[in-house]
Amino acid sequence: MYSVLTAIISLGSIGAVSAVILYFVARKFNVYEDPRNAAVAEVLPGANCGGCGFPGCTGFADACVKSDSLEGLMCPVGGSRVMSAVAGILGKESTAAEPETAVVRCSGNCENRARTNLYDGARSCAIVSSLYRGETGCPYGCLGCGDCADACPFGAIRIDRETLLPVVNEARCTACGTCVRTCPKNIIEMRKKGPKSRRIFVSCVNRDKGAIARKACTAACIGCGKCEKSCSFGAITVSDNVAYIDDKLCHLCRKCVEACPTGSIQALNFPPRRNESTERDSTPTMQ
Amino acid sequence: MLKTFRIGGIHPAANKLSAGKAIETAMLPEQAVVMLSQHIGAPAQAVVAKGDRVKTGTLIAKAGGFVSAHIHSPVSGTVLKIDLMTDASGYSKPAIFIQTEGDEWEESIIRDESLCTECRLSPSEIIEKITACGIVGLGGATFPTHVKLSPPPGMQASVLIVNAAECEPYLTADHALMLEKSEEILVGIQILMKALQVNRAVIGIENNKKDAIARFQQLIPRYPGIEICPLKMRYPQGGEKQLIDAVLRRQVPSGGLPIATGAVVQNAGTVFAVYEAVQKNKPLFERVVTVTGKSLNRPANYKVRTGTPVGQLIQAAGGLPEDTGKIISGGPMMGKALVNTDVPVTKGCSGILLLPRNEALRGEMSNCIRCARCISVCPMGLEPNLLMNLSLHNRWEEAEQEHIMDCIECGSCSYTCPARRPVLDYVRLGKGKVGALIRNRAAKK
Repeated sequence: MYSVLTAIISLGSIGAVSAVILYFVARKFNVYEDPRNAAVAEVLPGANCGGCGFPGCTGFADACVKSDSLEGLMCPVGGSRVMSAVAGILGKESTAAEPETAVVRCSGNCENRARTNLYDGARSCAIVSSLYRGETGCPYGCLGCGDCADACPFGAIRIDRETLLPVVNEARCTACGTCVRTCPKNIIEMRKKGPKSRRIFVSCVNRDKGAIARKACTAACIGCGKCEKSCSFGAITVSDNVAYIDDKLCHLCRKCVEACPTGSIQALNFPPRRNESTERDSTPTMQ
Repeated sequence: MLKTFRIGGIHPAANKLSAGKAIETAMLPEQAVVMLSQHIGAPAQAVVAKGDRVKTGTLIAKAGGFVSAHIHSPVSGTVLKIDLMTDASGYSKPAIFIQTEGDEWEESIIRDESLCTECRLSPSEIIEKITACGIVGLGGATFPTHVKLSPPPGMQASVLIVNAAECEPYLTADHALMLEKSEEILVGIQILMKALQVNRAVIGIENNKKDAIARFQQLIPRYPGIEICPLKMRYPQGGEKQLIDAVLRRQVPSGGLPIATGAVVQNAGTVFAVYEAVQKNKPLFERVVTVTGKSLNRPANYKVRTGTPVGQLIQAAGGLPEDTGKIISGGPMMGKALVNTDVPVTKGCSGILLLPRNEALRGEMSNCIRCARCISVCPMGLEPNLLMNLSLHNRWEEAEQEHIMDCIECGSCSYTCPARRPVLDYVRLGKGKVGALIRNRAAKK
């Protein structure tokens, strides 16, 4: 009986003393965290992709809570839906941002761009680009080793076996920008998704003079400037022998697509033109 | 017991097919294409324009900074254009195109081949002459020689080491030069000793060049201060740090310059170029190039003007064999595969190697079996397997702590890997990334 009592008293007093120490330690080293941080982090996608420019979703939540307005803060994965939810929690104005998606600006598939040599080293675009221009005559084009596909945290990019070019799965792409940062050739760009996912872009980044570019790849932009002249909205500029379409000014009229002599301007997700198809049908095949 | 370096190293088959062959003079190119960046450091700035007449040896491009080198015309003729040219890597780089017309040399160059032993110039005058003649290291790294001869303040050289190891398989350019121009090289060594103000020079030479060693041994009594150090055959003995360790038993500190050990290393070919520059006023516009390969009809050593297309040399050596899988500029270990045969010979091109298809391909890589062979052969005492993995996972800070920047890119790790892993490729990638990190950090400070 006596020993039981001793145990209860000694253990109880140790517990009491520890509780007092812990209380003061907790007071001394208390870190205040805004409860809104956790609430905001709750509605974020939790992908930790870094597309917002902050280290992970909690970092972004912290930045949202601390800043006065949400201007310039954007979760590319969640888009405007998540941002309005964040704005609701914090009682701030949410800024609407146009949804974006990754586009691959290279049309150098095996047909357009002949292989000039063989590379059998490490399958990594970063390594290939540090060693030499790649397996084709174009020193600017896609190397096809799939660094972008490996880097994409959402599995939205794969390398097409036939063309050896990356293909972006729009439904999965969250415009986080990881592929843009990974590509050593700076081929991938974030562009406005456009109404009904319709977009027009120059699918080439070759800065060589027209003749050299054309020799390396039949689908290269030769910087002829025909598209620039055809555009009624001033959306196209040609510099360094390559055209660029500003997606903020482009009205998706597709005049440039018709004007391009090499077919390096691509129009995605447009329905086929009615007159075009009939014209084709009526053209005699034998001439 | 022959000396060699203490850590790691491999012994690939030597395959010196062109050993003992005399140096032939290659035909002048119809059109010389002179690249503006043939050396480490800033590219040179062209000082000629389209239509200008140049003679062989005329200065056509000025050094673009202290770590840079002048470039001289390898032929006489008319400047056609200054345009972009595909270099060895396939990227377009600026070059001067010269149409060859005859072969008229600058008057200041002494063209007779007689030996000229006397040099009355002061050290600074010698370095000035070397700078003016655009001499760079001819071993392959093409580091401007005048920079190496001007040690940073507070450092003093005590010994000159002549790098005659030629440890790369297949290459025999230095060997042939040492046999034919032994005395000139010894005079060149004395000139460099004077420029560095040292009274000791050691020729580090691998033991497979017995004839060259015998020739030097016969001659050195006439040249005080010069010693010969025969070395055991081992790759990468020609690496600067390895050669210092082999000859002097001193190690270059991590991140430090070789001059910290008191040694300045110059390649045998460079020494000959220095001799010609100082004694004959001849700028660096030609060099000895080994053209070799197992299927090649006539492996040979050629004296080639820079700007000559590689294809012309292959034609001279018997034409491109049908089974060629790779054309490499340099040796098989550290050389670089060329994208085509129009690439011109540059100052740093020590050999053209044609590998047959069955030897050229690397084969499928498999998983690391942790045999640690790469660790035991690494001459810098690094852990290549670890560095490759860190590089694969973008862990650059850790790679820096593991001394990735000490890698000399000799390729012993990839050569020895039984799983055929491209170890060096990833380590080199990591070096690039870590180097950028370090530069960023320095810029912020």
